[in-house]
Amino acid sequence: MTAQRPDRRRVLAGAAGTVLAVALRPAGAAPLPRTETTESAIRRFAGTSAIRPGRVTLDLPPLVENGNTVPLSVSVESPMIPADHVRRIGVFNERNPQPNVVTVHLGPEAGRAQVATRIRLADSQRITAIAEMSDGTYWSASADAIVTLAACLEG
Amino acid sequence: MARTLINLPKTAKPGEVVAIKTLLSHPMETGFRPGPDGRILARNIVTEFVCRFEGDEIFRAELFPASSANPYLTFTWVATRSGGFTFTWRGDNGFEQTETAAIAVG
Repeated sequence: MTAQRPDRRRVLAGAAGTVLAVALRPAGAAPLPRTETTESAIRRFAGTSAIRPGRVTLDLPPLVENGNTVPLSVSVESPMIPADHVRRIGVFNERNPQPNVVTVHLGPEAGRAQVATRIRLADSQRITAIAEMSDGTYWSASADAIVTLAACLEG
Repeated sequence: MARTLINLPKTAKPGEVVAIKTLLSHPMETGFRPGPDGRILARNIVTEFVCRFEGDEIFRAELFPASSANPYLTFTWVATRSGGFTFTWRGDNGFEQTETAAIAVG
């Protein structure tokens, strides 16, 4: 006569299967460890120089529906002449898996210090743009974005 | 060869600031996303974009996984003389692509 109640062997096999399934679950739901802090990425960009707020304008939608493609534009007040121009602009995030967003190199031949791109945001966070001038000073601006659908972490 | 879109005026007056818009069709896989099987997909991004005018670098961008798919960049240039631009994208897995465009100034 076959047993109606679950036998011991089957229960154990089932339990082992459950343990295996849990072990194989993708780690996508867990927050990813950051490779570097925002502060250290900014220091790698600006060295030990002081970063002052001002001269930089950062345009970012305050409410983002899709974090996979967020329009971002940065402009810097500068005459863009050989004696006084923007050398680099770095954009940094707070909560993506990696703190760098984009770094652009400019020169006086650009005429205007104005760039635009599209970025990914993994979470609601503050974005910071830092401009390096030809005189070696650093200026920055920040903007907050609230993200409804996060990028990077979704499958 | 990935598809590209490059938008700039065909002609410009000397001293005019022209806007250059570029887009490259590329997945920009971040290296942080799980694929359909739950494993993390390998990173495959464009890491560098360079624009040169007659051989001189006029704009360069370093890109990171935080760039959207199909990286889009716009920047400006002061029209000085007629000539040719080259646009070069470089990335993971030996990706490299160069496109050209010309402008008549006068």
